[in-house]
Amino acid sequence: MPTSAPNAAHPPTAPRAGGSPLGDVTASDSSLRRFLHGLPGVDAVGLEARAAALGTRSIKTTAKAYALDLAISMVDLTTLEGADTPGKVRALGAKAVHPDPTDRTAPTTAAVCVYPDMVAAAKEAVAGSGVLVASVATAFPAGRAALGVKLADVRDAVAAGADEIDMVIDRGAFLAGRYLKVYEEIVAVKEASGAARLKVIFETGELSTYDNIRRASWLGMLAGADFIKTSTGKVGVNATPANTLLMLEAVRDFRAQTGVQVGVKPAGGIRTAKDALKFLVLVNETAGGDWLDNHWFRFGASSLLNDLLMQRQKLATGRYSGPDYVTVD
Amino acid sequence: MSDKPEKTGKTGKTAKAGKGERPGEPEGTAGAAPRLSVFKTYKLYVGGKFPRSESGRVYEVTDSQGTWLANAPLSSRKDARDAVVAARKAFGGWSGATAYNRGQVLYRVAEMLEGRREQFVREVAEAEGLSQAEAAAQVDAAVDRWVWYAGWTDKIAQVVGGANPVAGPYFNLSTPEPTGVVAVLAPQESSFLGLVSVIAPVIATGNTAVVIASERFPLPALSLGEVLATSDVPGGVVNILSGRTAEIAAPLAAHQDVNAIDLAGADEALAKELEIAAADNLKRVLRPQPVDDGGWSATPGTERLTAFLETKTVWHTTGALGASGSSY
Repeated sequence: MPTSAPNAAHPPTAPRAGGSPLGDVTASDSSLRRFLHGLPGVDAVGLEARAAALGTRSIKTTAKAYALDLAISMVDLTTLEGADTPGKVRALGAKAVHPDPTDRTAPTTAAVCVYPDMVAAAKEAVAGSGVLVASVATAFPAGRAALGVKLADVRDAVAAGADEIDMVIDRGAFLAGRYLKVYEEIVAVKEASGAARLKVIFETGELSTYDNIRRASWLGMLAGADFIKTSTGKVGVNATPANTLLMLEAVRDFRAQTGVQVGVKPAGGIRTAKDALKFLVLVNETAGGDWLDNHWFRFGASSLLNDLLMQRQKLATGRYSGPDYVTVD
Repeated sequence: MSDKPEKTGKTGKTAKAGKGERPGEPEGTAGAAPRLSVFKTYKLYVGGKFPRSESGRVYEVTDSQGTWLANAPLSSRKDARDAVVAARKAFGGWSGATAYNRGQVLYRVAEMLEGRREQFVREVAEAEGLSQAEAAAQVDAAVDRWVWYAGWTDKIAQVVGGANPVAGPYFNLSTPEPTGVVAVLAPQESSFLGLVSVIAPVIATGNTAVVIASERFPLPALSLGEVLATSDVPGGVVNILSGRTAEIAAPLAAHQDVNAIDLAGADEALAKELEIAAADNLKRVLRPQPVDDGGWSATPGTERLTAFLETKTVWHTTGALGASGSSY
């Protein structure tokens, strides 16, 4: 069973000594490019077919009950709107702590995810519950700001008490091939985050190709990301089974090579319990059971939680539930 | 969701091709090879689309002589669940449309039906074992019934709503509001006129419907879906399922997001069972009503319209009373 205190079994990520785990690949722009372009190309057809095939697994009865609770415990309950108010963040916090007020056996979500200026309000709302507070930072969602501004954004969020920082990479620099700039930015943000775990958002919908997603994954992990995350949820294409599968392969291979485990967070566009269960199958079949824990896998979502709760009620009562029986955010 | 049943293969067409020749089909002319008939794959109508059953199952539909007519989808409870989601999604737009607009849409259904009269006459005749003339009378009555209910959409509020006299300087207005998502068990014997007589009043007032077609005669209902799809009825307002009535009705009666259920097509035992399940979230329940001697041909009253309406009463201040004792 997933526990409600996600960090209980895991010590905070130890800072990695001696820079990059793969030696000197990050020594210069050209060595980094040589390494990233030396990664094997992605078989797009095979990748999508594999993701689709794993999506056909049938998860029923007790396995489904376990998977639904696990998925609820992995949700980063997110509100990233210009119209966010402290009241809305408090309501979200209350929901994260007690997702289903009618059934106290429902696990808490992993975290709430808000903008930096809402961190204090979120922190207060989830105080004492074990639910973490994640904050987007670094000029989210576009990431188009000077490094100094981004770092100030991060320090702000950390000072307000954020347990996790969700940063965006500079897609412009990445697509222009300036990998070392992206790398150094992540390193700088990691340093500014201090004890907070760092999630690096690639915005896969803007990276155009699967090869780029694979390169970005390795780049992020080399730079010290604790989590790699698909998207901001603010562009057309967000998390898909295929791009998440690709990132899961990357974290699996990275651990095999370096011994360092990195988490994965698909975000955006996952709205139904059925989709969430498909992602859990991907995790189990690709990265393995070690990642089936909210310390290593998260869903960035808001409406997903309601569907998970409705499915949970259906399993408990045998009747189909409806949107009248879950809270409206 | 919807692509899975699409791929599950040849349900209707090839499996049974050639088993029974339809009445009235032209004979092959001497010398030339006889033309192979193109069989129609009957499909469900859910959310404005035509999916096969999620379960991939079908069942055989025969005419009154026992001759095979077609394979109809045998819906599962998951099809029912999907239909409720579609109906809920459509409810906001349809209940928010003006009564006048809903009337126009219902009239449009009658217009479209008129154009496909021959098809429905054939399907009703085959299903219920009626003569051409009897079936034609049923179809004509069904078309007229759409027009009848189209006229009621913007008049029902005057009949069941109104301004209430109150002891104070207030307007007190009662207006009818649609109940929500209504599960409809279509009559088992009257495959088309009975069907229209239970669907039209539900959607005329702004409800959305999940309809379970007659178990033995589902084909006219499934064809009605094709008419609704081409007559400005927004997708999801009417969703039509075919299959075992008891199997599909049970999850609908227990479904927490269904607001009312019309038990017209349930027998005594099933109606009782469903009514008990429906009590769980206080659904409105319309018990099976006695059918007139002509089999739904009598002009209906407003009972079916008002069965799925709620009354909303609001108070408005009238402003200061003048010297005459009234400011209006």
